[in-house]
Amino acid sequence: MPLVSPDVFLKERIQAIQDYSVLTGRAVANIFTGPHYWDDVFTQMDSIGVGSMPIVILTGFFTGCVLALQSASSLEAFGAISMTGNLVALSMVKELGPVLTGLMISGRNASGMASELGSMKVSEQIDAMRALGTDPTRKLVTPRLIATVFMLFFLTIVSDAVGIAGGALVSVAILGLNASSYFHSSYRSLTYAGLTQGLVKPLFSGFIIATVGCYYGMNTKGGTQGVGRATTQAVVVSSVFIIVVDFLVSRAMIGIFGSQ
Amino acid sequence: MPANPPAAIALGKPQTDPSMEGPGIPVVCFEGVSIKFDVKPVLEEISFTVMPAETRVILGPAGCGKSVLMKLANGLLKPDAGTIKIFGHDVTKMRETDLFQLRARIGMVFQESALFDSLTVEDNVAYRLHEEKVPEEEAHARVVESLKFVELEQAIAKFPSELSGGMRRRVSIARAIISKPDLILYDSPTGGLDPITSTTIVELVVKQRDVSHATSLLITHRLQDAFTLAMHRFDAKTGHMEPIPNGGVDPSTKFLVLNEGKIVFDGSTEELVHSEDPWLKAYLS
Repeated sequence: MPLVSPDVFLKERIQAIQDYSVLTGRAVANIFTGPHYWDDVFTQMDSIGVGSMPIVILTGFFTGCVLALQSASSLEAFGAISMTGNLVALSMVKELGPVLTGLMISGRNASGMASELGSMKVSEQIDAMRALGTDPTRKLVTPRLIATVFMLFFLTIVSDAVGIAGGALVSVAILGLNASSYFHSSYRSLTYAGLTQGLVKPLFSGFIIATVGCYYGMNTKGGTQGVGRATTQAVVVSSVFIIVVDFLVSRAMIGIFGSQ
Repeated sequence: MPANPPAAIALGKPQTDPSMEGPGIPVVCFEGVSIKFDVKPVLEEISFTVMPAETRVILGPAGCGKSVLMKLANGLLKPDAGTIKIFGHDVTKMRETDLFQLRARIGMVFQESALFDSLTVEDNVAYRLHEEKVPEEEAHARVVESLKFVELEQAIAKFPSELSGGMRRRVSIARAIISKPDLILYDSPTGGLDPITSTTIVELVVKQRDVSHATSLLITHRLQDAFTLAMHRFDAKTGHMEPIPNGGVDPSTKFLVLNEGKIVFDGSTEELVHSEDPWLKAYLS
């Protein structure tokens, strides 16, 4: 990577923030004005939502399994092994479900968006779209934004559910706990504040995945090598943003609801 | 002239203003246009006009700014200085949303075709019609008509990846002309093609010029293609182009030659071949 002077580096970063803000602002504004490309929205929902189900189910399930397995030994030391369901449900719903699902979808879809739009950019298809009188932000970015935010919300719920189910399987089959007691303990741990926190996070993560993925795709330069670079950057940046925003949302939610 | 020209065309279908368009009013007008990428000037002080029904061939060596000039004409790029008027509207001052309406009157053929690779030939050609919510039956009929024009109706169900370079270029032409635009921009339509396929593409351009009489800008770095365009006409009876008798040239075809971002020639075919400019003579020889 060539070294650049600090002022050029700073200008480039500020320019990138400005471009990202403009793209995001337009994509959001397009939701409230016509025309809408609902066909593209549903296509993206299918690709992002239904297409991501296998990885979300697998990661959620085995995270729940391992959470139950690891926590049981510590809880047993305090004679609180019956609280396994409580710990698994709380961890999955408030933290692991939203973050892991966000990271998995980021790896799968932010990269997909960056590479797809990046390929269109370098092959002049985006310019062709503009030349044919279509706003690329409206046609390409807004449907992905709507689809990602909407589907990530439900994918997170699926991940939470299968995570708790995975914890139940381990608790009953390996730890020898009572299934009814596990689910009762899980249910009791779920509070309004905890659920709200867990369901607000995917809205932010979905926004980050779609806007970062599309930003890097729409600003791809330098042929096929540029497409590869854009794809990598989209995954790295969106993953880091998801974790940072997860912390900020958690802190904000604790500020609003208290540490329940 | 309306107080706010962009607003006039932002009302849905593109509208024409008699005071901005007419036989004596240029369709394309560049005035002192300059643009640079980073610190490198690409075009400097470019001024020229293209009159209605005129075909302007833009010649010049690779990297002299021909494609940039074409993108400026369509508002895909903004110049650093100067004004560009298309149908009387200053595209340098128009918002992107207003430009989308203006572009409904402009067809563009890209250098590498720029077909949507996830869509079939039919969907590519009908793209603009689908955007305008034209009924499916009518859209299909117009796609077939447009593909017949480029003699490619058998490829209607294929994807761009299944087509050869020349076929992709023809589909790109079909997509550009389907809405019967008033201005067509051809960005190197023969670039990278073999001489026979290039002649087929030039024949289509001649056909489009002589049948629709649309104004057009055509970039080429092949002098042979440029002169074929200037010295041939389309014969509707035979369905092929033929040389203009007695070595004549098409009066509506004019030339613009660029070198290192500057205009070195702007005029008719006769003026070009009789130019005494040493660089131009060397370039043409």
